[in-house]
Amino acid sequence: MASTTPSMFTNPVLKWVDARFPLTGMIKEHLTEYYTPKNFNFWYYFGSLALLVLVLQIVTGIFLTMNYKPDAAYAFGSVEYIMRDVDYGWLIRYMHSTGASMFFIVVYLHMCRGLMYGSYRKPRELLWIFGMLIYLCLMAEAFFGYLLPWGQMSFWGAQVIVNIFSAVPFIGPDLAVWIRGDYSIGDATLNRFFAFHVIALPLVLLGLVAAHILALHEVGSNNPDGIDIKKNKDPKTGIPLDGIAFHPYYTVKDIVGVVVFLMIFTAIVFFMPEMGGYFLEYNNFVPADPLKTPAHIAPVWYFTPYYSILRAIPPLFGSQFPGVIGMGGATLIFFALPWLDRGAVRSIRYRGNLYKSFFAMFIVCFIVLGYLGVKSTDVWGQFGDWSVILDTKERATWVARVMTIGYFAFFFLMPWYTKADKTKPEPARVTMH
Amino acid sequence: MSEVFSKVNKSRRNLVIAVAAVPGAITGAAVVAPFVATLAPSERAKAAGAPVTVDVANIKPGEKLTVEWRGKVVWVMRRTPEQVAAMAAIPASQLTDAESKKSDQPGYVNAKTRSISPELMVMEGVCTHLGCSPTSKLTPGELGNDWPGGFYCPCHGSKFDVAGRVFTGSPAPKNLVVPPHMFAGTSLTIGVGQDGKEA
Repeated sequence: MASTTPSMFTNPVLKWVDARFPLTGMIKEHLTEYYTPKNFNFWYYFGSLALLVLVLQIVTGIFLTMNYKPDAAYAFGSVEYIMRDVDYGWLIRYMHSTGASMFFIVVYLHMCRGLMYGSYRKPRELLWIFGMLIYLCLMAEAFFGYLLPWGQMSFWGAQVIVNIFSAVPFIGPDLAVWIRGDYSIGDATLNRFFAFHVIALPLVLLGLVAAHILALHEVGSNNPDGIDIKKNKDPKTGIPLDGIAFHPYYTVKDIVGVVVFLMIFTAIVFFMPEMGGYFLEYNNFVPADPLKTPAHIAPVWYFTPYYSILRAIPPLFGSQFPGVIGMGGATLIFFALPWLDRGAVRSIRYRGNLYKSFFAMFIVCFIVLGYLGVKSTDVWGQFGDWSVILDTKERATWVARVMTIGYFAFFFLMPWYTKADKTKPEPARVTMH
Repeated sequence: MSEVFSKVNKSRRNLVIAVAAVPGAITGAAVVAPFVATLAPSERAKAAGAPVTVDVANIKPGEKLTVEWRGKVVWVMRRTPEQVAAMAAIPASQLTDAESKKSDQPGYVNAKTRSISPELMVMEGVCTHLGCSPTSKLTPGELGNDWPGGFYCPCHGSKFDVAGRVFTGSPAPKNLVVPPHMFAGTSLTIGVGQDGKEA
């Protein structure tokens, strides 16, 4: 704090600031005297990269709003105007659209790291919850943003997602009308999605990111060994023996990650911004037509695992609500992870084969569901005539159902298999690989 | 400090807090209400939901006209005699709701053909699953050997017969919706029912 911490500066201006603002205190607390485990590996790049992408999205987003028009009559045209007539407009737009997909790649890897090394375990439960809230916020942000170009996929994607809410028993249809602000997706919907996308959600997102980082710095970072570095401190200084200051050690390491990331990012922006229809879907280069659904619609790749789950669950009692519950449950169940895991160790390095098998199964289910979500349900053909006993003949639907069960088994059986697992003893100090 | 705290009359403080908090919460809810209300359809949006009138005289057997009503797709189709026969021949076991008991249609349409007369079909072309517009697959056999002709939703693969009745195994829970409509000669009005009721 300003009054208690002696200033680290000799510069008179900074000294003047320091007497009135906790500059030295903040720099020490969060950078030069924030001690991080020294055994971070490749997987620890993605937190800082997520922050970098967030900044990129905000900056490019601000510049896009300067030429974009949130009006059903002009939106599609204004995006094409940005692409063709605004100097370097194509660059800003492609940075923003590529940034959206890269955000999810980085966040999925960041979450995978948390799963592998048990970073959600006590005392990091709240840190994990803040992270999950960021993830939900990000999905909402991506969904609202996807309507703005007002292409065919924007329109029909929003149509499907908003109609998911109309499956809610009793209040559903009214709720969907309230969300759209009209009886169908229209100008009112576009206008409000724009407001959510550029003001409301970014504010929430920034607040959550601040809370995520503050919570992290309160409990300290986990590490690939999943052991507590605060147990072994230098008796004289009180600094963890396996800890190194975040700055300069990890700021420098993260810069290496940033350089590699930007090489990949710019390669995509310059050479394949549509990424074969996965980052920008081809149907979205056709203006929204409320009277014609494209022959094949699928959400952008980062939503497809959940979309597959929605599609796989059959309607029950004349209501498609079970599928909606399945899809919502698949995202929300991550919140319960800190309380489902009863393992003796945090890190996958010291877990037994039982946990590793379930973890591998979960990753396979997630990826296969994601793959099936971008394909139509007949991608793997149909079962033969014997299948009259089944409610649907499509092979892919049945695979998706099995994968959905696998996805949920990872969570619901976790209290059992983490406890029954034969773990290895954790080392006393971190290991370097 | 502790001396001051020990002299605090806690029950009085709690009463004052409660007296302030309850009206505060009510006021808060009252302030939120208009914000929530702004998100509902505006008067202009409501006014735009007026009935639509079309002339059906020129629709030949097998032809389908697409009309926009309240931003929704409405199909007006004149079924061929073959189509009428084909949809009557579908066994009820293949349909989720063959008698349209759980589906939405006005009382004056036939529960099986889901139209006032067997030939002229008026139907919302909006899938009851998640609102995509199904595509016409009217040729028998177009979707496998046992396909009697009907509609197919490209989003999640729901299948409907020419009466808009959903086949079992489709994600759509109900048959396609029949909007309120009425005929006056060859003039069809969508949005006002044969019974005079407006949607």
